Amino acid sequence: MSKGKFGIYGGQFIPETLMNAVIELEKAYDYYKNDPEFISEFNRLLKEYAGRPSMLYYAEKMTKDLGGAKIYLKREDLNHTGAHKINNCLGQVLLAKKMGKKRVIAETGAGQHGVATATVAALLGMECEIYMGKLDTERQALNCYRMELLGAKVHAVTSGTQTLKDAVNEALREWTSRVDDTLYVIGSVMGPHPFPTIVRDFQSVIGREVKQELLEREGRLPDTCIACVGGGSNAMGLFYDFIGDESVELIGCEAAGLGVDNPKNAATVANGTLGIFHGMKSYFVQDEYGQIAPVYSISAGLDYPGVGPEHANLHDTGRAKYVPVTDEEAVQAFEYLSKTEGIIPAIESSHAVAHCMKLAPTMDKDKIIVVCLSGRGDKDVAAIARYRGVQIYD
Amino acid sequence: MINTTDAFKNGKAFIAFLTAGDPDLDTTAKLLTAVSKAGADIIEIGIPFSDPVAEGIVIQEADMRALESGTTTDKVLDMVEKVAYGCDCALAFMTYINVIYVYGVEKFISRCAKIGVSAVIVPDVPYEERGELSSVCEKYGVDLIRFIAPTSKERIQTIAKGAKGFIYCVSSLGVTGVRSEIKTDVGEMIRLAKEVTDAPCAVGFGIATPEQAENMAKMSDGVIVGSAIVKLIAKYGRDSVQPVSEYVRSIKEAVSK
Repeated sequence: MSKGKFGIYGGQFIPETLMNAVIELEKAYDYYKNDPEFISEFNRLLKEYAGRPSMLYYAEKMTKDLGGAKIYLKREDLNHTGAHKINNCLGQVLLAKKMGKKRVIAETGAGQHGVATATVAALLGMECEIYMGKLDTERQALNCYRMELLGAKVHAVTSGTQTLKDAVNEALREWTSRVDDTLYVIGSVMGPHPFPTIVRDFQSVIGREVKQELLEREGRLPDTCIACVGGGSNAMGLFYDFIGDESVELIGCEAAGLGVDNPKNAATVANGTLGIFHGMKSYFVQDEYGQIAPVYSISAGLDYPGVGPEHANLHDTGRAKYVPVTDEEAVQAFEYLSKTEGIIPAIESSHAVAHCMKLAPTMDKDKIIVVCLSGRGDKDVAAIARYRGVQIYD
Repeated sequence: MINTTDAFKNGKAFIAFLTAGDPDLDTTAKLLTAVSKAGADIIEIGIPFSDPVAEGIVIQEADMRALESGTTTDKVLDMVEKVAYGCDCALAFMTYINVIYVYGVEKFISRCAKIGVSAVIVPDVPYEERGELSSVCEKYGVDLIRFIAPTSKERIQTIAKGAKGFIYCVSSLGVTGVRSEIKTDVGEMIRLAKEVTDAPCAVGFGIATPEQAENMAKMSDGVIVGSAIVKLIAKYGRDSVQPVSEYVRSIKEAVSK
């Protein structure tokens, strides 16, 4: 029987060689998610190592400047390693260790997930190898060196479009060649079951904290939650606890690159069609014959031709909506938040900030928007300078 | 043109793989006829995919060359339709599920049946996910080939039970590609499968030399060779008919020993 379905999406479309590995992972996860010792160790690491709970910051200047809804920023950028990715990595690498694995491998786009995996591997004493598209290793050279500093080996993937999807391909290939002592730590709510569920569960701390913090401070739920979506892990983490709260509008922001009408974009829900790839049935940007299309975004972390299966289902059911945000809009938001609040957001998160800037002025002042600031923008400063035509020598 | 199981009726079978459209579909058409004449019992025709995750670098590059030469699923089907009846062997398609799913499962499988392709091999559809594809295959009498791998262990008999056409025994961990040595106990995998099925078992992944083919044939019903053939096509391009034919003859001879 097919497992891990969200509506018609998800499943386990992987080579037979990997089937026992995902079955073993599912069994281990089902056991450890209810194991008090695992839970307390995970929670201790989230608190003492990652720095949780992350702050829910009232962006007062931004709120006043935009003149509409009250804006809160969920500061995942303040976590150790500077993004939400650490939440999932602490969970999965800890799980790998409990399973007796010696080695973890991971794909990375912008490098955030690679850095987080390498970090936790160093902490827990695991071998670590990271697969990163060659183009991304050039866009994010600093993160490559950072992973090496942390003791990981970084493989620059030269196949295909040399970006995130090719890094996933190569990590999957590597996993089939060494499956016994290795866990593939997938960085987003994608891939074959049980990954979309495991990653969502480990990231769901984001939404749970938002709900608790906002109830304490405002005595009510937010009206709108906004997050960027590549594979969709920070969005799923923010949304999950609010799915049952129908009054809360959930909005995912996709990378529209040069625009949804321009071939250079990565807006999967807007431009994608049904397909089966990377282990899951979902939406993919592809041609009429199912060849996966090259996608483009200024953000290496959103530059992915698919979207997690639970998002595909949330889109179909109408529970969440997905909007495209262009490079230019994201860069403007990057600059705006830096100047207005003194917070430099990741270019990925800037997509969510950009949509908030459009939406907030249209809403009444008694409404509340929560934006997930999934990562910090230090890694993007050089790329934004280049985008603006400024020469930086580092 | 014969059906999949009959291809195993004249001793040990040799299954030859090539990527359709590499370097172009005209060459593939010539290769299909030639490989059939040279003694292949089944030809596994790869429909190229942009992201072939079960393939090593040799077949990945063949897929890229084929897509760059303008190969599409429709063009592959049209080409095979023209040459199938001239082939004295069984024909199978190997591709990834997205190619079939996006084309339309029923549209694709019914076309396979019509043009004389008797099996489909889809490496990213494991036993648990076979449902939709499998029921359409049954409707049109096309065999959906099942895989067993070195990691399958207790899954082997579940998978083998009720298998159609043949069972694809993956000889090694990892992706397709030539290997100097095969360490898996393939004989034991096949013994377990045979306890619950009469379907022939063919071994693939990593087989390149006549010696390897001979060894693998001794413990199985057939041998699958892919990357070694694709390498010859990469080297000789449009002139690959002769070197590929010679190679196929040498392997067929080895498996028949």
